[in-house]
Amino acid sequence: MTYIAKPKLNHPQAAVNTLGFTRRHYEGTISTLCAGCGHDSISGAIIQAFFELSIEPHRVAKLSGIGCSSKTPTYFLGGSHGFNSVHGRMPSVLTGANLANRDLIYLGVSGDGDSASIGFGQFGHSIRRGVNMLYVVENNGVYGLTKGQFSATADQGSKSKKGAINSDSPIDLVSVAMQLGATFVARSFSGDKTQLVPLLKAAIQHKGAAFIDVLSPCVAFNNHGGSTKSYDYLREHNEAVNRLDFIPKRDEITTDYAPGTVEDIEQHDGSVVRLHKVAEDYDPYDRIAAMNYLQAHAAAGELVTGLLYLDREPEDLHAHLGTVKAPLNSLGDKELCPGAKALDAINASLR
Amino acid sequence: MKPTDIGNPNYFHKVVDCQWACPAHTPVPEYIRLIAAGRYADAYMVNWKSNVFPGILGRTCDRPCEPACRRGRVEEEPVAICRLKRVAADYKGDVSARMPAPAASKNGKRVACIGAGPASLTVARDLAPLGYDVTVYDGSERAGGMIRSQIPKFRLPEEVIDEEVGYILNQGVNFKSGTWVNSLKDILAEKYDAVFVGTGAPRGRDLNIPGRKEAAEHIHIGIDWLSSVAFGHIEKIAKRVIVLGGGNTAMDCCRSSKRLGGEEVTVIVRSSFEEMKASPWEKEDAQHEGIPILNFMVPKTFEHDNGKLTGMTFETVRAEYDAKGRRSLVPTGEPDKFVAADAVLIAVGQENAFPWIERDIGLEFNEWDMPKLNEETFQSTIPNVFFGGDAALGPKNIIWAVAHGHEAAVSIDKFLHADSLEERPLPQVSVTSQKMGIHEWSYDNDVSNDHRFKVPLKDLKLALANIKVEVELGFDQKLALAEAERCLNCDVQTVFTDKLCIECDACVDICPVDCINFTANGEEVEVRATLRAPSTDTSQDLYVSGPLKTERVMIKDENVCLHCGLCAERCPTGAWDMQKYLMEMEHAGPGCRSKRAGARAA
Repeated sequence: MTYIAKPKLNHPQAAVNTLGFTRRHYEGTISTLCAGCGHDSISGAIIQAFFELSIEPHRVAKLSGIGCSSKTPTYFLGGSHGFNSVHGRMPSVLTGANLANRDLIYLGVSGDGDSASIGFGQFGHSIRRGVNMLYVVENNGVYGLTKGQFSATADQGSKSKKGAINSDSPIDLVSVAMQLGATFVARSFSGDKTQLVPLLKAAIQHKGAAFIDVLSPCVAFNNHGGSTKSYDYLREHNEAVNRLDFIPKRDEITTDYAPGTVEDIEQHDGSVVRLHKVAEDYDPYDRIAAMNYLQAHAAAGELVTGLLYLDREPEDLHAHLGTVKAPLNSLGDKELCPGAKALDAINASLR
Repeated sequence: MKPTDIGNPNYFHKVVDCQWACPAHTPVPEYIRLIAAGRYADAYMVNWKSNVFPGILGRTCDRPCEPACRRGRVEEEPVAICRLKRVAADYKGDVSARMPAPAASKNGKRVACIGAGPASLTVARDLAPLGYDVTVYDGSERAGGMIRSQIPKFRLPEEVIDEEVGYILNQGVNFKSGTWVNSLKDILAEKYDAVFVGTGAPRGRDLNIPGRKEAAEHIHIGIDWLSSVAFGHIEKIAKRVIVLGGGNTAMDCCRSSKRLGGEEVTVIVRSSFEEMKASPWEKEDAQHEGIPILNFMVPKTFEHDNGKLTGMTFETVRAEYDAKGRRSLVPTGEPDKFVAADAVLIAVGQENAFPWIERDIGLEFNEWDMPKLNEETFQSTIPNVFFGGDAALGPKNIIWAVAHGHEAAVSIDKFLHADSLEERPLPQVSVTSQKMGIHEWSYDNDVSNDHRFKVPLKDLKLALANIKVEVELGFDQKLALAEAERCLNCDVQTVFTDKLCIECDACVDICPVDCINFTANGEEVEVRATLRAPSTDTSQDLYVSGPLKTERVMIKDENVCLHCGLCAERCPTGAWDMQKYLMEMEHAGPGCRSKRAGARAA
């Protein structure tokens, strides 16, 4: 790890967002992960996304479990709320926090061990409940903190650094998320920020359960010839089905594209996600077709990336439960103790 | 863009902005690190080798390095390079044993240096240890030239001059003191193998306006007056003094006046305050001593009462700029201003003067009555006569004189070895990795957040009471360390090996100033427009790699790189390395001559 603090001196003409912050206002402390870790790039992309969206850091809650990936929230958004939970339990803590204060932006950061092994159940349930969050899995296929054993997402037949072959079937988190009802599902690669940053921005603005599986090479244990999650392998097998631009306001759209190649999707806040189709036959709004496409291409050894599924009219847990519109901490005595009359009315309705 | 050729010594040299800007190309970060390590004598010798007068320059240099300093671009103020140089001189202890000994045997060549200022002394220092028989002529009793005669002692104590001039004269240099040379023909007749002219720009410009002749007794030319003060011929000035001019000489005149009895000393300048030629810190020092500076006033007449000066009348002007940005001073129409005074010092510029060079000996002069020279070799139209310092290209300052001296010494050495003068020697360059361990470097890469430290000053009352009391106390060792830590170590270069890069983006993410990019290649203008951080300063180079696996290239904008080495710390494959680039100019001696040289030497 690096011992010194990142110098405070900034680029004198560094860009500022509408809040007057530079990108560096969205940084955390310096990373203690191995040099070259894909997770650090994902942290960089998250920093970039929140900076570009001009989100005040204190309006964000970042939650994580245990693992290399779950250490990363320390390395971005130093001014945000944070909760480093028990192994695999981030989704429950996030769900609870979200129910208590629906006004914050929830960012769950997890890894393939945290979400596909010990926390697999928690992961599934937070998705199927439609918690309004961005759930990011930093997926490297190995247990980096315990020296590189295969994780549950490691491909069958891939080789460990020591030469062992993985005989177990892999869990494809993207397919699981799609099947369980996530309303925004994407896959990307830590080494491709031009793809990852717009996906993160769109997912942050998505009102519902957004899931992004980010393949992230482990330089220490899974960046060798027999790996299917190395920088080289991922670059060779990356099949992007589309590209995104994120446009904060509709009136700023200026560029013209040939019809059919581009589609603008308006988000609930008026921002626009512009989808550049790369694979002509890919339809990200058809969940069944998308799942078939993923399976077919996975069988052909291709790693499909991009925005894989989008529900244009998502709903979230609060809508399902009909909860109060305001965060619980903003409710006063008047709202919490509406008085005997209100109690009588409730009792009457139950008789 | 083509991949950057880091084998070209100029590429990394340019990244070391201070060294690139220094006329003598002193390896600044190298000696600043030595100061931080408390190795003052070593720091002094690095300076001495390069700029000959560290103690003198550490107090008086015009510091072209400081406006160039990268720190000034990422923070408010540059590193106090000049005053750190003084620290090296102040705390070095006795370095006499480290000075070159007089040459054991002479090489039989005789060289004359006319004038004992910084240019001539540099030539003497470079040539005498090589075995040349060097004779320095000067009209004064003691060597130093303008350093001794012009710079007030409250800025530069006599002992400092004596010491550093002494190091040179002790190398077996013949100093003909009190010998005013009034004929180049006579010098040439003495059959020197080479002659170096370093006679400076000794004539102060006069101001011929009404009253000048009548009140002459109370009106002095600034540089002549300063030298009279320096040599103790003048010890007093009247109470009310006007100093005309906005350059450093004017600042020295007004501050000297203030110490010699001048109670109301006023500097009056034609131009605006900003346009004044004096260095910003010299203007600041004058103001600190309570000297008002009046601008936009053009001298009209010296007023006098039967030869006794009563004051001066000025016309008030304002600056107007034409479409091309050229300035003209236009009268505002306000009534003329009268400023009462008992004495006036004229410091409105210096001129070269060569009345002692005969015009029929083959030495050609140009349209400005300056010797025709090759500006790289400093050779005149008489092949064995060379010029340097103010005498060569007009008034500049000490560090330029030193740089000229080095070049002229190289030329003389090559000339007397029958070598080509146009072929200039390449600098000595070494590039060494600073990696000591996983995250350990042999330089301090933790960037200091301190702002520039001020040099402590003598109490103003005490300083103004005695013209020989040095005003600046200099940094103490603690302040020097803190100031030295502000240096960004720009000579520790980020060296990129494209074959090792796996494009993991770790360096991009960690870079505090966003100078690293992985992007498609293109023309420089297009590339600059696409970089992560604004890349508007085209005088700063882009470091471009060869194509990487993804066909992209690494492009680093050198402009505000902090040289913190975090890119190299976060690089998993060692594609980035921090390597110290040490460049020293080749001075006169065997190293400056081409291999075939000397074949025809006598």
